Amino acid sequence: MTAPVIEAIDAVMFLGRGASRFEALKSVSVAIAGGELTLLMGPSGSGKTTLLSMLGCMLTPSSGTVRVRDHSTAGAKPEELAKLRRDHIGFVFQSYHLFPTLTAIDNVRLALDVRSENSEQAKQKASDALAMVGLAHKAKSYPRELSSGQQQRVAIARAVIGNPSTILADEPTAALDAENGRIVMSMLARIAQDPTRGVLVVTHDPRIVPFADRVVYIEDGRIVGEERGVADFKHEAMQSQGS
Amino acid sequence: MSLAYKLAFRNLFHDRLRLIATVIGIVFSIVLVTIQLGLYVSFQRMVTVMIDHTKADLWIVPRGSKFFEDSALLDEHERFRALSVDGVAEAVPVVIGFASWRAPSGGTAPVFIIGSDTRDEGLRPWNLIAGSLESLAVPGAVAIDRSYFDRLEASRIGERAEISDQRVEVVAITSGIRSFTTTPYVFTSLDRARSFTGTAANKGSYFLVRVLQGANVTDVRDRMRARLTNAEVLTPDEFRRRSTNFWLFGTGAGAALFTGAVLAMIVGTAIVAQTLYSSTKDHLHEFATLRAIGSSGAYIHKVIIIQALLSAAIGFCIAAGFGWLVVKITADTALPVVMTLPMTAILLLLTVVMCVLSAALAIVKVMRIDPVIVFTR
Ligand SMILES: Nc1ncnc2c1ncn2[C@@H]1O[C@H](COP(=O)(O)OP(=O)(O)OP(=O)(O)O)[C@@H](O)[C@H]1O
Ligand SMILES: [Mg+2]
Repeated sequence: MTAPVIEAIDAVMFLGRGASRFEALKSVSVAIAGGELTLLMGPSGSGKTTLLSMLGCMLTPSSGTVRVRDHSTAGAKPEELAKLRRDHIGFVFQSYHLFPTLTAIDNVRLALDVRSENSEQAKQKASDALAMVGLAHKAKSYPRELSSGQQQRVAIARAVIGNPSTILADEPTAALDAENGRIVMSMLARIAQDPTRGVLVVTHDPRIVPFADRVVYIEDGRIVGEERGVADFKHEAMQSQGS
Repeated sequence: MSLAYKLAFRNLFHDRLRLIATVIGIVFSIVLVTIQLGLYVSFQRMVTVMIDHTKADLWIVPRGSKFFEDSALLDEHERFRALSVDGVAEAVPVVIGFASWRAPSGGTAPVFIIGSDTRDEGLRPWNLIAGSLESLAVPGAVAIDRSYFDRLEASRIGERAEISDQRVEVVAITSGIRSFTTTPYVFTSLDRARSFTGTAANKGSYFLVRVLQGANVTDVRDRMRARLTNAEVLTPDEFRRRSTNFWLFGTGAGAALFTGAVLAMIVGTAIVAQTLYSSTKDHLHEFATLRAIGSSGAYIHKVIIIQALLSAAIGFCIAAGFGWLVVKITADTALPVVMTLPMTAILLLLTVVMCVLSAALAIVKVMRIDPVIVFTR
């Protein structure tokens, strides 16, 4: 197997302070491999978003190690973490987080802009990325003029345009209908076919399990299981989510 | 071009009402600063207007003299002593003082007489718009400024009046020679000034010294200081500084204008800071998203500072319009608001500084956000 694009080793995460201090992750070890779409599933409050934030270099573990390619996030300052995200990670959020004052193409281009790429070539790349998610004809539209599914596809274009080694998505289909959920997931699955790129998707949604190469289960801040060959476990996943 | 500009521009114009509030804040404070500063410069100019227009290398002034109009009298001995100092070419007397002007209608007004030898170039009226300097030599001749036509009930060459019960005739009219004391200046010959003000023939208010060609002015001044016991010897710069210090700082007038300007700046900064801060707060999720997708702190600073500078540019243009209007409106008043190119540059700089300072608060706010919030909404 290829070296993981991101891994957590014995990572512990405390959140909050004082009385509300809470051990959201209890010694988690997990590795995301390139060329795979990994699903992270578990009950609400189990620590999925916390794990995603930690792997995505938004939080540093209270103890243990998180490594992005060969860089450990231990002791990194906010500015260094931002650079790690810029260089290695693309995010897709449940609520898209597009910029309402920018057009679709500018929203995509923004991910290059923060990397100081703002030439004509960057514009071309942005329009290619939009074409890849099937929205070439919506380049000049503002987010409010796009459907939810289209907005999430713009967000996917924004996440991949910087060519990151990892795409992290937190409940990317939660706000979408079944049809759009399927479109978004098949795009993420296609992105994960690139062997240099790993995709991790946090979800509650059992319908998307068939898109995964691997499913990791988390409960109460601990990894409790992991399955490959998802079709077989689809049923089980449904039950554990109780939906 | 970087999208930071577009983002800043859109953020700014996204909420028109707030933009208007920001711009009003900037315009308000910059116009106030303009007025305070303009008055300050205007006042400063007026205080030294006579010194600025006198051709002299050195002034012999009565001991303790604080400003031009403050003159006590000097004795001619001082003049002779001065003339005996090495390097002094001439020392010509000037007589100044208050007198009363009576118009043919019977109306009276206090005036400030300035008398100098009509053949000497030391202190003569300038900015002539009618009449001539030569005609001041004619008996009873005086020059007045057009800003005091009403007060003196005279507006043309040839009009007559009385000063200290002596007949005078207007032979020259100047423009823009105003006194900050608001008492009209009346120029006349040395002898007439003496009789209008009741000054004895062996006295003078000032002696204007010209040094011999090639002589070092400060050396001559030092030699004169050693010789003159009942008078002070000042360079024009020293006299100017003394007048300015007295009026602007001794009286508190300068402090009042300066405090006003500083307060205006503070209020303006507070308004701009407040609106920029609340704009940033409204867009906090966007800034968090920027941070999440890996933007550096510098990039976010850039967006906010561009927003501040854009506000500054808009505010400054409008403020400049108002400032120009104020200058126009006050041009012919007793204390016109003066605006010069360097002052405009200073105001532009102040506007920029004010807006960038205001941005600091917003930047602190944004840099405190945890990008994790992008997952919680
Ligand atoms: N700032 C915080 N301070 C204290 N506890 C926190 C904080 N943020 C989250 N937690 C707790 O950490 C645990 C894990 O939260 P997390 O958001 O990772 O769960 P999740 O698996 O993503 O849940 P969901 O499926 O509802 O999104 C929760 O029990 C939550 O209450
Ligand atoms: Mg969550």
